[in-house]
Amino acid sequence: MSLLSWGNYPKVNNTVFNFKTLLNLKEIIHKYTELIPYGHGRSYGDSALSKNIIQVRPRNYFINFNKATGLLHVQAGVLLSDILNVFVPRGWFLKVTPGTKLITVGGAIASDVHGKNHHIAGCFSESIIMFRLMLPDGEVFECSKQENTELFKATCGGMGLTGVILDATIQLKRINSQYIDQTKIKTKNLKATFAAFEKYKTSEYSVAWIDCLARGEDIGKSLVMVGEFRNDGKLEYKSKNKLTIPFNFPTFSLNNWTVNIFNWLYYGKVKDKVSKQRVDIDSFFYPLDAIGDWNKIYGKNGFTQYQFILPMASSYDGLIEILQTISKSRKGSFLTVLKLYGKANDNYLSFPMEGYSLALDFKIEKGLFGFLDELDQIVLKHKGRIYLAKDVRVSKEVFEQGYPNIDKFRELRQTYKMNDKFNSLQSKRVGI
Amino acid sequence: MSYVLILGAKSDIAKAVARKYAENGYDLYLAARNSNELDEFAQDITVRSQNTVKHIDLDILDFDSHQAFYEQLEEKPLGVISAIGYLGEQEEAQTNFNEAKQIIDTNYAGIVSLFNIIANDFEERKSGFIIGISSVAGDRGRKSNYIYGSAKAAFTAYLSGLRNRLYEAKVHVMTVKPGFVATEMTADMDLPEKLTAQPDEVADDIYKAQQKNKNVLYTKWIWRWVMLIIKSIPEWKFKESNI
Repeated sequence: MSLLSWGNYPKVNNTVFNFKTLLNLKEIIHKYTELIPYGHGRSYGDSALSKNIIQVRPRNYFINFNKATGLLHVQAGVLLSDILNVFVPRGWFLKVTPGTKLITVGGAIASDVHGKNHHIAGCFSESIIMFRLMLPDGEVFECSKQENTELFKATCGGMGLTGVILDATIQLKRINSQYIDQTKIKTKNLKATFAAFEKYKTSEYSVAWIDCLARGEDIGKSLVMVGEFRNDGKLEYKSKNKLTIPFNFPTFSLNNWTVNIFNWLYYGKVKDKVSKQRVDIDSFFYPLDAIGDWNKIYGKNGFTQYQFILPMASSYDGLIEILQTISKSRKGSFLTVLKLYGKANDNYLSFPMEGYSLALDFKIEKGLFGFLDELDQIVLKHKGRIYLAKDVRVSKEVFEQGYPNIDKFRELRQTYKMNDKFNSLQSKRVGI
Repeated sequence: MSYVLILGAKSDIAKAVARKYAENGYDLYLAARNSNELDEFAQDITVRSQNTVKHIDLDILDFDSHQAFYEQLEEKPLGVISAIGYLGEQEEAQTNFNEAKQIIDTNYAGIVSLFNIIANDFEERKSGFIIGISSVAGDRGRKSNYIYGSAKAAFTAYLSGLRNRLYEAKVHVMTVKPGFVATEMTADMDLPEKLTAQPDEVADDIYKAQQKNKNVLYTKWIWRWVMLIIKSIPEWKFKESNI
């Protein structure tokens, strides 16, 4: 059985290793090379694909919880959804959550994921008190912001290239409701969209869905959604029944027309310029998790997500240029998400920086990668970078220019002989 | 407090079942050999559910110990689930009776010994449920695993008789027949994806079926029909086959 990533591309053969004990794991690492840890397979591209894959998902025990402090110690294969199922009813939530809860804690650390509150709370690593990491020689290190800090900074966002994360203690935050007061703001162009983000900067959560097929004056037309947790004491939380996409859609079904219709439905169904709703955790944070295997709508050839971020100073010009290029190309992107970010952290390969990020999905088809190379050039021109957790094709040159700490990361990999053991298809492509 | 007793608690199916019952508010007795190996797992369930989880040593092959095993449970369970199973080596069992005996004693005789004790107690108390995880392998003997299959067939017949006997006492007995399940026991087999259940799915099915007092549960459900077909192949044809 070969494992795939969320984008269903590339399809490559791999050998999957499971381990029961740390001794097993040590033996696997000792015996094989070209290893990469694999969580729940939700990174989009080839960052968790290699010849040999170490499956961490079965390592999924809760170890301890301190109800006075909200510190939760779990093994790395525990899903964020497991944590929510257990702790939302008790009044706790993740300090930082990405747009899917179907990822492992280990994966969240390795991609140093972020969410709708990045402008206030930063990345997932901000909630990490410590994690334990098995290095190539089988030794286990405790890493935190105080201890083994180099390993901490390299592993958070390090795409599994520093070793295998075994378990972690994370800080949960108190909530007093499982509902969120959401405000939806319809904006008519990018300027208005930026203004809305600025206006609601103190709101805890914010994100925008942007119509990337809009042209001319309408470019950047969006639906900005901001929210805050309510305080009504309603904490009953049950994961809803899921819709599932039972098979790959035919590849022709997702074209300009369907994307246009989708965007129109999404944007069009909101009548007022500003509207308010009460929504639950799942609909606010994880709308796509409600559709199991939604990646199948892109057909059997798979898809990729192109996510980049631009520094504040060049965000506006850069986004206009990129949106114009996309709009002209008529390459439809089904989901397009824009977000304002807060300050960067010091982890070597974490993606966020202060500015705006855009994420677009594209189905894999002829000509796509050439087109994305063009977008790369615009991103570079505006001093931006590409998110490795989504990427499947970026070149070494483009990647390197976006990540000024890459040499520190490479050096650390060499010091600990990580590059002898841990490599992904992605790490080889971008030379890390 | 309401305990469910899970036998063979180290197996992947048992662990999924344990989590399922804990999620739904039950306390647990986890019984297995060297049960201290279940420390971390018991702790996991306690953190998740805040319920009481105790683990207890049980050697299903040590028949004489079963009475004492059951008596040590201060609070008697309101239900028992056996996930005990030993696939064994078919070819080995054909030539070495010790292997055959271990398959028979683990999958059948040992559980009968313990279930008898529990059934008598439940009958007297006029409450409780008994779930036996048997196997579709017991539905028809095949050359690839008929020693295991015949032990499971005997267990299936035992459960059916027990259900009949305990009906008056309002003690419900459920027979579970999993088809392929992706567990450690089957890790080396190349199983067809569509016919293979994950332990979580099996646990879900068991919990739901038990709540509804189902008698016989096939999981995945499609196995009821797969086995119906396999059972209906005439013997003269079946004996030539390689199913």
